[in-house]
Amino acid sequence: MFDREEAYISWVLLNVTDRGLHCEAGDFYIDPWLPVPRAVITHAHGDHARWGCDSYLGAREGERVMRTRLGAGATIRFVDYGEAIDQQGVRISLHPAGHILGSAQVRVEYQGEVWVVSGDYKTEPDATCTPFELVRCHTFITESTFGLPIYRWTPEAIALDELRAWWRANADAGRTSVLFAYSLGKAQRVLAGLRDAAIGPIYTHGAIERLNRDYRDSGVAIADTIYAGTMPRGHDYAGGLVLAPPSAGGSLWLRRFGAISTGFASGWMRIRGARRRRSIDRGFVLSDHADWPSLLATIDATGAERVWVTHGYREPVVRWLVEHGVEAEAVASRWEGEGEAELQDLGVAGEEIVA
Amino acid sequence: MKRFAALVAAIDETTRTSEKVEAMVAYFKDAQPADAAWAVHFLSGERPKRLIPVRRLAGWATEASDVPEWLFEQCYEAVGDLAETISLLLPEPATPEERALHVWIEEYLLPLGEMEEHEQRAAILAAWRSLAGFERFVWNKLITGGFRVGVSQPLVIRALSRVSGLSEGVIAHRLTGNWAPHADSWTTLVAEQTADTDVSRPYPFYLAYALEEELETLGEPQEWQVEWKWDGIRAQLVRRADRCYLWSRGEELVTERFPEIATAARLLPDGTVIDGEIMPWKEGKPLAFSQLQRRIGRKALGTKILEEVPVVLIAYDLLEIAGEDVRERPLAWRRARLAELLATPGVSRTLMLSPAVAAAAWDAVRAAWRRAREECAEGLMLKRLDASYGVGRRRGGWWKWKVQPYAVDAVMIYAQAGHGRRASLNTDYTFAVWDGGTLVPFAKAYSGLTDAEIRELDAWIRRNTVEKFGPVRSVKPEQVFELAFEGIQPSPRHKSGVAVRFPRIARWRTDKKPEDADTLETLRTLLHAADTEGDSRE
Repeated sequence: MFDREEAYISWVLLNVTDRGLHCEAGDFYIDPWLPVPRAVITHAHGDHARWGCDSYLGAREGERVMRTRLGAGATIRFVDYGEAIDQQGVRISLHPAGHILGSAQVRVEYQGEVWVVSGDYKTEPDATCTPFELVRCHTFITESTFGLPIYRWTPEAIALDELRAWWRANADAGRTSVLFAYSLGKAQRVLAGLRDAAIGPIYTHGAIERLNRDYRDSGVAIADTIYAGTMPRGHDYAGGLVLAPPSAGGSLWLRRFGAISTGFASGWMRIRGARRRRSIDRGFVLSDHADWPSLLATIDATGAERVWVTHGYREPVVRWLVEHGVEAEAVASRWEGEGEAELQDLGVAGEEIVA
Repeated sequence: MKRFAALVAAIDETTRTSEKVEAMVAYFKDAQPADAAWAVHFLSGERPKRLIPVRRLAGWATEASDVPEWLFEQCYEAVGDLAETISLLLPEPATPEERALHVWIEEYLLPLGEMEEHEQRAAILAAWRSLAGFERFVWNKLITGGFRVGVSQPLVIRALSRVSGLSEGVIAHRLTGNWAPHADSWTTLVAEQTADTDVSRPYPFYLAYALEEELETLGEPQEWQVEWKWDGIRAQLVRRADRCYLWSRGEELVTERFPEIATAARLLPDGTVIDGEIMPWKEGKPLAFSQLQRRIGRKALGTKILEEVPVVLIAYDLLEIAGEDVRERPLAWRRARLAELLATPGVSRTLMLSPAVAAAAWDAVRAAWRRAREECAEGLMLKRLDASYGVGRRRGGWWKWKVQPYAVDAVMIYAQAGHGRRASLNTDYTFAVWDGGTLVPFAKAYSGLTDAEIRELDAWIRRNTVEKFGPVRSVKPEQVFELAFEGIQPSPRHKSGVAVRFPRIARWRTDKKPEDADTLETLRTLLHAADTEGDSRE
């Protein structure tokens, strides 16, 4: 087991502080949860990209979504994947994480020592972002949102087939299909998957439509959508597909769609109880995070001598790694993983419409 | 099995009753009779007995999934359901094979009970190797004895009625009693005509909804019969073919447990069925329910207990007379016939007509309701004099009006994750009241909050956990809840010295601070009051 005392005396390149993961040598933070002068951002989800920092560094691929999320006034420097910058002798570069558009792993190199912060990632290919790139390192700081062996994903194509069949059955019964999907990333991934399907029309909630625009402007091909806010009062939505953020569940906003069947696209839908608790009719197992086998395979492939495990099922992952001879430790962070954010998203007020 | 699993999934995936019925109709229409019979059995809420200890099953699954035991435990904690955990952890089946539901049940499941442990192990591992996805989950649910489907029996009856073209009443009656799942019983169940030879078979019980509106909304008091709502065991007495059968509401045959009722029933004419309540009754007065529990818990009934806790059947209604089903007749008619029957000499001491509460005006009814606890009743029943005897829980004809439960404000001190639908959310809470400067736990409750409140409270619990002992978290004593309960008794086994019956959360008192919560003294006062009620009866 990792010796805590040794941790204090051994030299670390990154430190967990009350503001976030800090690199003392380069004096910058990675995904800080409180305002700091210099922040390196892995991706634009709210628990990783927070407001109020003096300057940000992010991947160019995610420029549009990051600007939408951090606001027009934020000072953000964008770099290409793999492009290295020097910060007080510390070499920083961003590498595709395959999580959402513009998501990055942060590679930090100082005096020959290489650390990689995974942010959120998945290894399964996804048409809406650059696929995950394996980066070898000495220390790997990994997420663990779905770090239990009950989480094993089936290929994306299966979820998309189920989704089409569900929409078809609803359309035949004269019902509107309402699919809840996280507004940044998951919604666009679904839309990319439905690009050539004869489904439609597809209506969207404002929170999703705003990000659809960013994706399209970034050159990502997704299905055509209609912002529901532009439809006349009393419009008949029967037979349509509505994409909405989970927070719209149970809201008045849903009333306009008449008779509906609800679905939820999320890795959590692998567990029956997670769907039933929300009184959702159908769950589609579709995640933007690594499942158990790919978490373990990725950790192994980085060649890391030391592994820090953050947000998610930290303890089981650490224990598994330690039992398999890997030096691993659970590290506290305030990142929630898209999953947790999704869970909390339900039942709270929806994001306001910006379209 | 594939089709049955698909039916279970279809029911699971909708909250609309019409779609659930639709799915069942589609299944029953072309299922083999033997499969249909088992499906009826399971959908009606019957479960196979658990044939294998859960520990053992978890052990085999751990082994077959190639995960260490601690990790299996972690997964179980996250999923909250053993059958599901196992089906998620096992590798995909090597040799998927399709067998009919009745084959799985009769040839694979039921024989497990007769097997040695090593044979069970081989059989289970083989089953896991041949079942895929949701079928494996359903199978696991069946062998762990935890199979539950989200349909009520009335829905099953509605589907069967649509498939057979028979009325719901006929189906319901045919399903009551000792209905056994065989191909033949399925055929009889949906057949146009049957001899209906089962003499012991009771009728489905008619159940009331709680009264929520003012009494005045019910119309004129003269249209209603008002009775005490007794706190005993609801039962149906069947007297046919020179024999008698006493059924509890759980459709368990309890004739032997209550010999005094069976003896009195022999004096009734053949072809009589009475609905009533088994009550402990001594010297013209009811005893507390806990007295009846003493009798239920016993294997053999000695003369001592029979003397200490004699029982009566308080007769509410007459369902059959001279072999004729009279449920469609108005209550006034049925009650008059019931009174005549019970006037048979020697009967009325043990089979007592449920006394009517004078109800000339609604105010008199309200006054009676306030007095209910003194009468040892849990409230009032209101029954329309012109109503027929329905099937299951129906609105309109009958209403129950229970007395206000006891209530105290208590502080939440421990929380624990729930199971099944509520796994991974903290939904089981322990509550405490003040005793001087310390909080003494006195009740656990897990129902009464909305899903939104549960999520909010869960988030609060996670942020405010003080310590974790296994699955139990102690939390900062800050949240106050109004707890309601039905009864209170002294209990040396509880730290607080009291035990409460059916505790549940009435309200989350976000307006109250922990120091505003009630004290142990308050509970003792309630206890004393409850005691005095008991004394007044002796």
